[in-house]
Amino acid sequence: MNLAGILVAASAAAMCGSVAFAAEIAPTDVKFEDYAVNASLTGVAGNAEEGAKVFADRKLGNCLACHENKAMPKQLFQGNVGPSLDGVADRWSPAQLRAIVSDSKKVFGPETVMPGFYSLEVGINVRKDLVGKTVLSAQQVEDVVAYLATLKE
Amino acid sequence: MKKISLAVAAVATMVSSSVVSAYADPVDDKLVIDGQEMITRAPAPEGHPFKEVLSGWLFREPETRELEADSFQNSGMLYVERGQEIWNTVEGSKGKSCASCHNDAAESMKGISAHYPKWDADAKRPINIELQIDKCRTQNMGAEAYKFDAPEQKALTTFIKYQSLGAPVKLDLKQGEMQSWWDRGKKEYYTRTGQLNLACASCHEASMGKHIRADHLSQGQANGFPTYRLKQADMVSLHNRLRGCIRDTRAEMPKPFSDELMALEVYVTWRGTGLSVETPAVRQ
Repeated sequence: MNLAGILVAASAAAMCGSVAFAAEIAPTDVKFEDYAVNASLTGVAGNAEEGAKVFADRKLGNCLACHENKAMPKQLFQGNVGPSLDGVADRWSPAQLRAIVSDSKKVFGPETVMPGFYSLEVGINVRKDLVGKTVLSAQQVEDVVAYLATLKE
Repeated sequence: MKKISLAVAAVATMVSSSVVSAYADPVDDKLVIDGQEMITRAPAPEGHPFKEVLSGWLFREPETRELEADSFQNSGMLYVERGQEIWNTVEGSKGKSCASCHNDAAESMKGISAHYPKWDADAKRPINIELQIDKCRTQNMGAEAYKFDAPEQKALTTFIKYQSLGAPVKLDLKQGEMQSWWDRGKKEYYTRTGQLNLACASCHEASMGKHIRADHLSQGQANGFPTYRLKQADMVSLHNRLRGCIRDTRAEMPKPFSDELMALEVYVTWRGTGLSVETPAVRQ
């Protein structure tokens, strides 16, 4: 296959991908009720194992930049800008965790430092290639929520 | 060899920060450079969000603090030396060096940098040391302005600021329109940028003293710039650092010396009022 062929195949695959996620809730349509988001963003159950990867990945969730998590002792340099996530599932329901991860400002108020990982209410002068894009995909948020739900003490 | 040993020192710093003192407060320590004690804690000026302004030196690991305290170990001093050579080198169509007009920098530049940025009546905007150098070069020497972060610009800026080592930072906001630039800078300081939606204040005010990964968040003071950064193993200018911070919020970076960054420099420098000029500071 020549390069053009590969590109066509790749874009066809990408289109199939977007069809597969047609049930996905757009970032602007996420419904926050009583500091919770009750509906799954994708309708596909979150995968805790994948969520753990997204959680730790510095280019994705990078959650450890600001939060400690004793369940990941091999990860060095855990930050403390936000609260520790040890036992976070004892304190918050999955619907509340989904709200916090998607857009923490809807839960903690506009002054909170935490970025919204599935929100387009962002800062000014967003890097051009990221305009209109969220930090995490809807499924990645579901996966992270599934992982957080395992953090019980 | 120097670079290798610095890299080792940097790794040692990172390791020790995770093991020894991950949650250390700013330390209670004195910074003495060549017999002169630096002001690393000062009462904040009126209208400041903190009661006390703190040098970033107090937030660094012991090994890093030691590098700044010892001029023989401080790699930033190499830039001071290089800057001194440039100071005495004739350049441009008018056959002048900095020294042709300003003679011995140890006398003519002593304490000067503690009061920059300053209002520039010709440019009708505040200028910093880098822009003051460019003004002299283009108007008085018949030489070209430096490109942003050219090694010569960093070295000469470092050399000139070093002549104010120890002098307390104090801006004159009554000059020209300095106050309105301060106002603009303050607004920028609290404006969130980028996809990560963070303002300067998110880290350096709301989270000061906490850790982002291995980084101990300081007050983000400007008094040590240009600063020798172990991470880059190089001298880093203030506008380079401001742009880096903004980039890390996943925002487009403003241009060096743009109105946006000059306003921010005025405001951030004011936030360090009373701290000693520490150029060349050493940071992680």
